[in-house]
Amino acid sequence: MNTPLIEVRNLKQYFPIKTGLFKTELLKAVDDVSFSIDAGETLGLVGESGCGKTTVGRTLLHLYEPTAGEVLFEGEPVTKDNLPKMRQKMQMVFQDPYSSLDPRMTVEDIIGEPLDVHKLFENKKERRDKILYLMNLVGLNAEHATRYAHEFSGGQRQRIGIARALAVNPKFIVCDEPVSALDVSIQAQVINMFEDLQVKLGVAYLFIAHDLLVVHHISNRIAVMYLGKIVETGTADDVNYTSIHPYTQSLMSAVPIPDPDYTRQRKRIVLQGDVPSPLHMPSGCPFRTRCRFACDKCAEAMPPLTDRGGGHQVACWVK
Amino acid sequence: MDLKIRRDENGNPRKSPLSLQLNLSKFNASMFEKATEEEKRQQDVMSESTTFFKDGMRKLFKNPLAVGSIIVLGLILIIIIFAPLFVPYSYEEILSVNGVRDKGAKNLAPFTYSKMEQQYIEAGGTRFPHIFGTDEQCRDYFIRVVYGTRVSLVVGFFASIIVLIIGMLYGSISGYLGGKVDLIMMRIVDIIYSLPDMLIIILLSVVLQSILQFKPGSFLDSLGTNMISLFIVFGLLYWVGMARLIRGQILSIKQNEYILASKSIGAPTGMIIRRHILPNCISVIIISTALQIPSAIFTESYLSFVGLGVQAPMPSLGSLANSARGGLQSYPYKLLFPALTICLIVLSFNLLGDGLRDAFDPKLKR
Ligand SMILES: Nc1ncnc2c1ncn2[C@@H]1O[C@H](COP(=O)(O)OP(=O)(O)OP(=O)(O)O)[C@@H](O)[C@H]1O
Ligand SMILES: [Mg+2]
Repeated sequence: MNTPLIEVRNLKQYFPIKTGLFKTELLKAVDDVSFSIDAGETLGLVGESGCGKTTVGRTLLHLYEPTAGEVLFEGEPVTKDNLPKMRQKMQMVFQDPYSSLDPRMTVEDIIGEPLDVHKLFENKKERRDKILYLMNLVGLNAEHATRYAHEFSGGQRQRIGIARALAVNPKFIVCDEPVSALDVSIQAQVINMFEDLQVKLGVAYLFIAHDLLVVHHISNRIAVMYLGKIVETGTADDVNYTSIHPYTQSLMSAVPIPDPDYTRQRKRIVLQGDVPSPLHMPSGCPFRTRCRFACDKCAEAMPPLTDRGGGHQVACWVK
Repeated sequence: MDLKIRRDENGNPRKSPLSLQLNLSKFNASMFEKATEEEKRQQDVMSESTTFFKDGMRKLFKNPLAVGSIIVLGLILIIIIFAPLFVPYSYEEILSVNGVRDKGAKNLAPFTYSKMEQQYIEAGGTRFPHIFGTDEQCRDYFIRVVYGTRVSLVVGFFASIIVLIIGMLYGSISGYLGGKVDLIMMRIVDIIYSLPDMLIIILLSVVLQSILQFKPGSFLDSLGTNMISLFIVFGLLYWVGMARLIRGQILSIKQNEYILASKSIGAPTGMIIRRHILPNCISVIIISTALQIPSAIFTESYLSFVGLGVQAPMPSLGSLANSARGGLQSYPYKLLFPALTICLIVLSFNLLGDGLRDAFDPKLKR
C-alpha cells in the first residue's frame, strides 16, 4: 500500500480555559482524531458549529501546536524544524473572507506575500507574471491587481484567498468553510472553481463545512465530527445514503430535499437537548445525552471506530 | 399532484394570456447580440480604486470642521514663524525711542502709541504699531504672545513625541508578546496610572531646581527647570495612556485571520509586524498623537499659570495669562489674547483629531 499524502494520527488539541480565579480546565476541542487523505482526493469534514472542525484544520497545519498526536506529510512527520518547508506544501483557505485579507494591502501584494516569503521569483516581472497567472486561475480580472481587498465582494475576496493559498503550489489545502459566508448563487460558483482547480492542479482538500449537500457534492470521502471526535467516516455515498451513527442520521434528516413527496414521507429526527459544554463532556460517548438509543454501556466508554464494510467506520456501541 | 407544463409546438413553455412574462417563443438566439468587453466591464460594481491614505485624506477634506481647524492651525503657524521677522521688537525688549527708555509705553491699549512715540512719529519717524498693546513692563505684547505660542506649541509637540515613542514601544511589546509578559507590564501601567501627576511635577521641579545646572544663556536654561521637569514627567507618567491604547489595538489586530493566514504562509514574525500589524495601527497612532498635543499644551499652560512653568522672561501662554490676572479690571484684553490663543489651538487640535479618526477608521466607511 502506498503512503497517503496526509496522515493524521491521534491528533489532540486541548485549550486551557480559566474557569475561576486560580482554576484552569482543559477544553478538549479536538480529542483523538485520526484520518488520512490521498493525493488529489477530497475529504469532507462536517459537524455542527463548535464541534472543533476549524481547530482540526489549524492544528493539522501546526498553526496551533498540537497537544498530542502527529501529522505526516507523504510519510514524513511535520515538526517545528521542517515547518517552513511544509508550509509550502500545505495551505489554508479561511472561513471569513472579510477578516482573512489585510484591508491595507492590494490584491497584488496579498497574493504576492507567499511568493515573497518563500522567494519564489527572480525579478519583479516574474513576480508580477506569477500573480497575474494566479488571478487568472481563480477567475479574477487582471486589472484588479492594484485594488484593495475592501473593494471586493465576498465571492471575489474568497477567490483572492484561494489564489494566495495556491501561490506556493501546494499539494494539500485545508478549506475551512470557504463558502459558508457567501450567498447561495456565489457558493455554487466557488465550489465549482474548487473542483476545477483540483482537476487542473491535482491538489487534495480537507473540505470543512456544515452543509451536508455541499460536502457530499465535492467530497470523495466524508468524516462526521461531534464534540471533538470523529463518529463516522466513509465514502461520500456511504455516509450520505446509508449512515449508521444516530448523529449522522439526524444530520441527514435535516437536509432539505427539493422534493415535496419525499419530504412528507420521511421523518425528521429532532435531537433532544443542547450540545453539552465542551468543558464538561459526558462520560463515554459524547453523544449519549442526546441519543435515542443510549444505553448503560454508552456511559462507560467511548466506542472505538469499527469497520462496517468497505472502509465505512462508525463509532457506536448500539448500531 | 403532478404539474403538467403546457408547451407550444417549439417545445417552449406556453405563456398564459394574462401573464406579464416575456413570450419567449417569439425570440431566438440570432436576435441577441453578445455583450462587448466594455459592456461587461460596466457591470463590475466596484468603487474607485484609491489608496488607503488618499481615501482618508479625501474624507478628511470633506469634513468642514477638520478643514477649518487645519486652516486655523496653519494661520497660527505662519504667524508665529514669520511675525518675528517683521515685528522690530523682541519679547524681552523694553521699549525705547532713539535709545531713550520710553517710560510712558506702559499698558498701552492695542494699536495706540505712547507720548514719546507720537512725538517721534510727528517728527517724521516711523514706528511699528503695538498690535496687542504693551504690558506693564513696557514690552510689546503681540510679540510676547507670539513667543508664548511658540513655546506652548513646542512643548506640546515634544511632550507628545516623548509620550508616543515610549508608549508605542511599551504597548506594542506588551500587546504582541501577550500572556504573562503582558500581565506584568500592564500592572506596572496601572500603578503608574494611579500616581498623582501634579504632585509629582511639583516635587520634581523643586528637586530638579537644586540639581540641574544649565549653561547660562543656553536654550535649556531659558526654558527653565520647570519645563525640563515637565518633559521628564511626561516621559515618566503620561505615556501610559498611549501604551494602553496601542496594546489594545495590537491585541485586536492579532485576532484577525489575516495574521493567521500570514503565519500559515510561513511569514516570519518580523515580517508580520512590519507588513500587517504596524500599518494597521498607524492611523490610531497618528490620531491619538494629534489628540495628545492639546492635552500637553493644556498641562503646560496650567503649570505656567500656577507659576511652575517657563522661566521669566520667556513667555508662555499660561504665564502670560497668569500675569494678566493682576490688571484684569483695567486691561481685560491682556488675558483675552493668550486665553483665546490657547482655546483656538486646543480646539483646533481636538477637532482635527476627531476628523482624522472619522476619516481613517476603516470601520466607518463613508
Ligand atoms: N484559541 C482557542 N482558545 C480556546 N478555545 C478555543 C480556541 N479555538 C477554539 N476554541 C474552542 O474550541 C471549540 C471548537 O471550536 P472550532 O472553532 O474548532 O469549531 P468549529 O467546528 O470550527 O465551529 P464553526 O462551525 O462555528 O466554525 C469551541 O468550543 C471553541 O470555543
Ligand atoms: Mg470553524
